[in-house]
Parts: sequence; C-alpha cells; structure tokens
Amino acid sequence: MMKATLFASVMALSLIACSGGDTKTKNSEDTTKTEATSSNRDQIKIVGSSTVYPFATTVAENFGRTTAFKTPIVESTGSGGGLKLFCSGKGENHPDITNASRRIKASEVQQCASNGINDIVEVKVGYDGIVLANSRKSDGMELDLRDVFLALAKNVPDGNGGTMPNPYMKWSDVNPKLRDVKIEIMGPPPTSGTRDAFVELAMEGGCKTFDWIKELKSSDKNAYKALCHTLREDDGFVEAGENDNLIVQKLNANPNAFGIFGFSFLEQNADSVQGSVIGGNAPTFENISSGDYPVSRSLFFYVKKDNIGEVPGIKEFLEEFMSDRASGEDGYLAEKGLIPMNPEEHAQWKTDVLSLKSLSLN
Amino acid sequence: MRDLTLNTSAQMQKRHRKETRFKWYGRIAILLSLAFLVFMFAAILLRGMSAFQQTKIGLDISFNEQVIDPAGTRDPGDMARANYKPLISAGLAEVFPEVTERREKNQLYKLISNGGMFELGQMVVENPELIGTKQTIWLSASSEADLFMKGKIDAKVEEELRRFKDRDIAWFNTLKDQGKIKKKFNTTFFKSGDSREPEMAGILGAAFGSFFSLLVCFVISFPLGILTAVYLEEFAKKNRITDLIEVNINNLAAVPSIVFGLLGLSIFLNFFNLPRSTPLVGGIVLALMTLPTIIIASRSILRSVPQNIRDAALGLGASKTQTTFHHVVPLAMPGMLTGTILGMARALGETAPLLMIGMVAFIVDIPKGITDVATSLPVQIFLWADSPEKGFVERTSAAIIVLLVFLVLMNLFAVYLRRRMERRW
Repeated sequence: MMKATLFASVMALSLIACSGGDTKTKNSEDTTKTEATSSNRDQIKIVGSSTVYPFATTVAENFGRTTAFKTPIVESTGSGGGLKLFCSGKGENHPDITNASRRIKASEVQQCASNGINDIVEVKVGYDGIVLANSRKSDGMELDLRDVFLALAKNVPDGNGGTMPNPYMKWSDVNPKLRDVKIEIMGPPPTSGTRDAFVELAMEGGCKTFDWIKELKSSDKNAYKALCHTLREDDGFVEAGENDNLIVQKLNANPNAFGIFGFSFLEQNADSVQGSVIGGNAPTFENISSGDYPVSRSLFFYVKKDNIGEVPGIKEFLEEFMSDRASGEDGYLAEKGLIPMNPEEHAQWKTDVLSLKSLSLN
Repeated sequence: MRDLTLNTSAQMQKRHRKETRFKWYGRIAILLSLAFLVFMFAAILLRGMSAFQQTKIGLDISFNEQVIDPAGTRDPGDMARANYKPLISAGLAEVFPEVTERREKNQLYKLISNGGMFELGQMVVENPELIGTKQTIWLSASSEADLFMKGKIDAKVEEELRRFKDRDIAWFNTLKDQGKIKKKFNTTFFKSGDSREPEMAGILGAAFGSFFSLLVCFVISFPLGILTAVYLEEFAKKNRITDLIEVNINNLAAVPSIVFGLLGLSIFLNFFNLPRSTPLVGGIVLALMTLPTIIIASRSILRSVPQNIRDAALGLGASKTQTTFHHVVPLAMPGMLTGTILGMARALGETAPLLMIGMVAFIVDIPKGITDVATSLPVQIFLWADSPEKGFVERTSAAIIVLLVFLVLMNLFAVYLRRRMERRW
C-alpha cells in the first residue's frame, strides 16, 4: 500500500512540476511582451573576451542598479567565440554586444556582412598590459623583447642564418646578464586572448629584432609566423590553464617560476608578485597608459546598430560605459584594473560612440 | 617419518602473517583516502568560513528628502535609484570632519562598499518612513576593509604594494575605536545574485538557477527513465534490437558530459531556437546526461524484485500491465528514486555541459522561472575562482561549502529512502 501511495505521489509531483513549469513559461513570455513591444527580449546580451569581462560586468551591474533597465547578461566566451556568435545573425536570438581583447578582423566583418549585419559601432574600452611576473620572494628581472623570445620560442636562430630547437635551459643561457636559474614560465592555453596578444606583441616583437627574420616576413610570411609565434613545448613553458589566480598561487609556491597574465591580476596581487621590466619599462599604470611598456593592447567592444531600439537600453548602456565615472581617468573601471585612455582620446571616442559612428576598417 | 606438524605450523604462521599484512594494507588505504577527504574539507572550511561574516561600518545617516525623493511621489523605483552617495559622505564627514580635500574624501569614501548606496536605497524602499529621520545604519565595508578586518591584509607589507594604505588603516582604526566597526552575519551572501564587488555578491541567483535546472531535469528524466526501464525489463522481448539498445544505454552513461553540452548547443539552441542561457535548456541537457544512469539503476532494481511476486499476481489473474504497475514497480520505486536522486546529485555538480549552452554568464537578477537566464552553483564557483578580486577567494570556498551541503542533503535523502522503504527478500 505504502509503495503505491509513494508511486502515485511521485508521479503527481512530476505532473505538477510539468504544469508549473509551463505556466511559468507563459507568464514570463507575457510580461516580456508587454514590456517591450518591438522585441521579445528586454535584456541586453553581451558575449566575448574574458579579459574585457570584468569591466563589462562592472558597467552592467552599475547600469542595472542606476537605471530602470534590467541588468545586461554578460557571457565570457573568448574574443573569437564572441565575434562568431555576434556575427551569426540579426534579431533577438543573437547577442547585441561582443567584447574583444583585439580589434575585429576583416574576415569577421565579412562574416557579419554575409549575415546582414552591416552597421557595427566600435567602442574602445581602454588598455590592458600583459605581464611576465614572478614571486617577490626572489629578485625582479629586467628583460628585453629578444630575451623573452629566446626564452620562450620553440625554434631559435642558430647564428648561421638557420634555426635550431630551443637549447636554452637557463636564463643565463639566453643572456649572460640574466640570472643563473632554470627557465620555467607558466602561461595561458592557445584558446586565450591573453596568449594571442602575448605571442603577437612580446614574441613577435623579440623575433623581429633579428634582421634576417624581419626580411623573412616579406618573403615567406608563413615561415615567419611559424618561427615567431610558436611557443616551446618542453618544460620551459607550461600551460597553466585560463585561471590567472592559479598562476599567481603557483608563482608563490615556486619563486623561480614566471607567469604570464593580465595587468589587473598583477595589481590585485602586488603584495606577492612583481612584474618583470621589459625593454626598460616596468608594467605600471603610467607606462602602459603611455604605451612605453611594450606588451600592451587595446580592448574593444562591438555593438550591433540594428539592435539599438529593438532591445531597450543599449544606447543608455553606451552612455554609462563612456561616462567619465566609468571609463574616464578616475572612473570605477580604473579601480578594477583597466588602464583608461587619456582624456582627449576618451572624449573623441565618447563623441564617436554616442553619435553611433559605424565601423569602417581601413 | 617427516614431522608434518612442525612444517604446517611454519606454513600457518606464514599465512597468518600474510593475512595481517593484507589487513594493514586495507587499513592504510582507508586512512589515506580519509586523510585526503579531511584535508580537502579542512582547506575549504578554513578558507570559506570567514565569508559567512561581513564587516559592517555604522554611520549616522540623515535620510534627506531633498536627495532621496525631491518630488515627494514615493515611487519605489525612483527612491531605489536616487543618488545616496552624498548621504554616506555626510555620515563619514561627521566622524572625520578634518578630511576636506576632494581626493582625500574620495579615498575615505572607499572604506564603504560601492554597494552601500544600493543598500540604503533598498532600506528606503522597504521602509519609506525612514525619510526625514536620522539613524545609525550599518553599511557593508569595502572588500579591502573587510579583508583587513579579517587579517588577510598584512599591514607590515610595504605601503605601495597594498591596496589598503596606511591612511586607510588609520581611518579604519579610528572607526573601530569608536565601536563603529563590527563583523555581522553575511546575509547578502544568501540573499543576492552575482556582483563584481565581492562584498555584494551572493549565491541566491545561482541556487535558483540550479533549482530550476534540476526541476526540468527531474520532470524529463524521471518519467522517461522509469518507463524505459520498465518496458525493457518487463515487456520487451530479448532480441538483437533490445541488445543493441542496452549496449547503447550503457555506452551513453560513460559519455563525457561536455558532449551532451555540444549536443544541446547544436540541437536545442541552433535547431529548435530555444532561449540561450536558460535553465530550460540546461535542464534538458542535464536530463539527457542523467537518463542512462536512471535507466541502468532502475533496471537492476526491477531485476531484483523476486519472480514469484510476478508469478503470484499473474496466477491470480492480473494482466501483465496490472502485475507490473500494481506490484513490481511500487516495490522497486524506492530503489528507482534512490537512483534518480543520485543521478540528480551528479547533475547538480555539473559545469561542463552548461558551458556550451551559455549558462556561464554574469547574471545579477535572480531567475524567476525556467525561461529566465540563469547560472548554476558550480558555474558560480567557476566564475568566482577566476575573478581577480581577492575578496572572491573566500566566497569561492563559501560557495563550495553551500554546494557540498546541498549534495550531502540529497545523498542523505537517498539513504533515508533506501532505509525506510527498501524491502529485503
């Protein structure tokens, strides 16, 4: 008897849950329809770079709290993944905004255009530096880009106009001025935008300092890329996952190791790790902002112009993002580790963005 | 004649020694695994417990009508969004009248959480009578002040390497000497959704997301799983096709969960156009993942129901369906429920399939239904573990504690069902 009751009650429960779920679906559809007549969606959707994510979410939260609009949803998909989603179509099922830790590529603009997305507004968020840091338990390091390349590349020049597999095991092998410790560098996996930018700025930057490689760029671009962009695969470089906090913890455990991560993590953990000086410039707020620190990049996000007016609040969100209290010099994003643009550049971008100037790649 | 007894006793001793050794290997294995478990729990508890308390700063706030509601309409939206910053600044100025320079004032203001003004807004909306009065209000301290209070910022470290400067410490100590700083139970953590400010972040949104996903998962996987198991075990003929189905079910149970996420992405999102990032899709994907587990568990339970119960029912004239649904399934139900709960417990801890369908997102609002965008508890842990702010370290561990509590509760419920309802034959 008891079993039968139990069985009946469980079935009843699942039925109730079924019907409950259905009514909920209907209710929420009804409310969204009444709130926004032109579109079913009343909430901005943002996807894209994990580097821009902390900044986009901060603005989203403040926007949600200080306006009558709903708080935008921010997904962290990586720059490439975000642009793919962004360009996959128009309408409410596709995101309104995508964050990118690099500029949109011509191929991506084409992809967008082939799906009918022709008007895109480009917004520059600010700058970010990528640091090569180690624990404060050991001394800081002064490097130039060539040292970084020689320490990290899979193949290095052999001095006779050819290349050889990277033989350098110690920093002092790379450059006699450096310390006599083993090269151990931890960095993000290839899916990460931070890795892309580091490879492009630091590795290629160091690679180009060899004249014959620089000439290679015009004669054989693929060989040039393969040489400059490939990281070593032995224990000199360890992929430590996307989680930058983990890298910081590992650096504390191993004072000889170095890690590659974003400036905001260096700033939050300045009591335990220090950024290496690269090319004579330390990774400081001022040096990154002025462009003196060589491994720094611009952060962007892209807005679908067609969705402005369709999804409520996009224009207001842009106003919040470009306001001085957010992305300005003393704004709350600087507090979160963003390196803001200087006031003139910021004012220029602000006018362009708020007049919804369309992107054109030249 | 050879002395057999002596020889045997030597052999016996050897055998006994062997047995003792083996027992010790077993004990050591258990001890080691227990040690790992204790170490894990201790590490999480040590890191996470401090997150259940939040440092609060008590300030005398005068709720000025001119600032909060100049029009006097008492509209909740307007009151919640009013700029409460001047009220907090005024409260701080009462304690530190000597701080007048603008930059210094900004610095002082940073002792209070960015969310402080929203806390005030919330209070006024809940209790509009506050307007026009002056009260001592306990506002959340900023993450840095909170970490300092909990001893996680070392004042001996060089000043420029700290995010909490000497001046901040001096101000903090002044407030503390006046009894205006207290640690209180962190209700925000249980009452709000995600936030970029560690002191404002909570797990309620993620908990609701998990709840709705599991609801969808249960509604789909339980009836489907039970019916499949009953049909395959009680009705289906044993032939090539049922063999093939059985092999496939067993294989599906071993498929990595990320694959189900990819399936969800391509079928439910891209083909059926179901809304992205919602518990509806999350629940369907988790249901696909739990289905094989439920089917396999239910089938073995059904198999353990003795054949003579079926024979007796059939002998008394019951039809096959009556036999199955009046006798066999009710007897097997506790076991099937146990299997389902364990499957659901696994689904509760899943992150990978949810990555693919967009449930890894920053969502502040608390979901109200299965079609609202949401995250889930393990995803929230993942997102916080990846945040640069130090205040999230303890919150990550605290969220893990909450998830573990839910898992333990579900497993206990399964054990309870088994103990209470299971019949032994």
